[in-house]
Amino acid sequence: MSEWLLFDPMFRVPFLTGLALALALSLVGAWLRMRNEWLAALGLSQIAAAGAMAAVWLHGPALLGAFIAAAIAMLARTTLPRIGNNHYALMILIGWSATLMIGSMMDHGNVAGETFLRGQLYFASTQHLVTALILLTVVAVTYRWLSPRLLTARFFPDYHQANRIPVWPYRTCFALIVITAVVIGTTTMGAFPAFAMLFVPSWVGFVIVDGWQRSVIASMLVGTAAYLIAFVVAMLLDQPFGPMLTIVLVLAGTLRFFTARRRRIKTIAVDDLHPY
Amino acid sequence: MEKKVLLALSDVVAGYAAPVVGPLGFELQAGQVIGLGGSNGSGKSTLLRAITGLSKVFSGTIQRAEGLTIVHQWQRPELPPELALLGSELYALLGADPAGAPDVLCPLMKQPLSTMSGGQFQLLQTMAALCSPAQVVLMDEPTNNLDGDAMDALSEQLKHIGPDRAVILVSHEHDFLQSHCATIIEVNR
Repeated sequence: MSEWLLFDPMFRVPFLTGLALALALSLVGAWLRMRNEWLAALGLSQIAAAGAMAAVWLHGPALLGAFIAAAIAMLARTTLPRIGNNHYALMILIGWSATLMIGSMMDHGNVAGETFLRGQLYFASTQHLVTALILLTVVAVTYRWLSPRLLTARFFPDYHQANRIPVWPYRTCFALIVITAVVIGTTTMGAFPAFAMLFVPSWVGFVIVDGWQRSVIASMLVGTAAYLIAFVVAMLLDQPFGPMLTIVLVLAGTLRFFTARRRRIKTIAVDDLHPY
Repeated sequence: MEKKVLLALSDVVAGYAAPVVGPLGFELQAGQVIGLGGSNGSGKSTLLRAITGLSKVFSGTIQRAEGLTIVHQWQRPELPPELALLGSELYALLGADPAGAPDVLCPLMKQPLSTMSGGQFQLLQTMAALCSPAQVVLMDEPTNNLDGDAMDALSEQLKHIGPDRAVILVSHEHDFLQSHCATIIEVNR
């Protein structure tokens, strides 16, 4: 029966939503990893889950609640002079505790809280699909404009200020992309599966190939392949999608061990040629 | 003929929450390499950041030539542990042409940053700044971690900055400053 469910039109919208998110989130994850901000993804996803819960409690749309909460967290982040893992860890703790506290005040709150933490891809609506496709389109269109700016800011942090080039256009664009990616990821895949999709693909992609463009493509391929495997296996085995995706992504992480040896050999060879 | 003034600092007092350096003033003309010396913590890096707009100017003025372009090579650049960016990709970020890179950089061009040593990464960042089209290059302790060959390559590049460009060079190595700078300004708190 499960095999037939794979081809059921009822699952087309969830499948396409997840596919668009796999592509978009793995690319956004590459940007976050390049900026050494990957923990921010988990912090924001937990805050988004709390916002979605608060919206459900107030009988509002979960997507809007998640977006507002993530936007407030992102805004607070920009006001701090130095943001680091300590702040992201606080976001994780605040988001997790708020999600469960709000859940305890609601009828069936535990179920709702579990849903946002674990994911509900099979219940993705056309609204989710449209938002995911808009996100993917924006990410694809802005990639060539945004990447060099983010890379320059990473290695030459005051280059734009020094040359009177406004930083708000690319910073705002990047912030909106991250917020949207985290919110739509959290409200469809769940907080932890969305974080796994932001974290693992680039963790693998950045070590299996050399070069920025190639490592971004590799990250997207790893994310998409993991998604397709997780979707099919979860259906065939009647398992929940969120945990299955997380497990498949964790298993994909083992690809690093095969490439680590290659990288070590290469490093030794380069050192032999250029001992300094 | 008088050379074009690219930067003019007048009685600048700069810092962050409180003043760190100054008052200090000098003019940077095209074709010039000015050295900033002084003990650790004297505010040399803060002064460079005041020029780029990252630290606060409490008093005084910093005047720039119209349309001036600046690049700032940071002290102790952080080498990302796992970033597959190639040397040539970083080199090109500031507009430098990888095809025209100095010979000493050739082995680094196809190498990912994650496999570079601290000295190799420092050399790449320093050369990317020096070989970029920016008119003013701010260099903060560029000799850190560099070996003899790399120091020679850096020296050679500094000698050929061109008549339309200028460099402000921060270093605690007085000999290096003396051999490259027409003017050395001692920065003290």
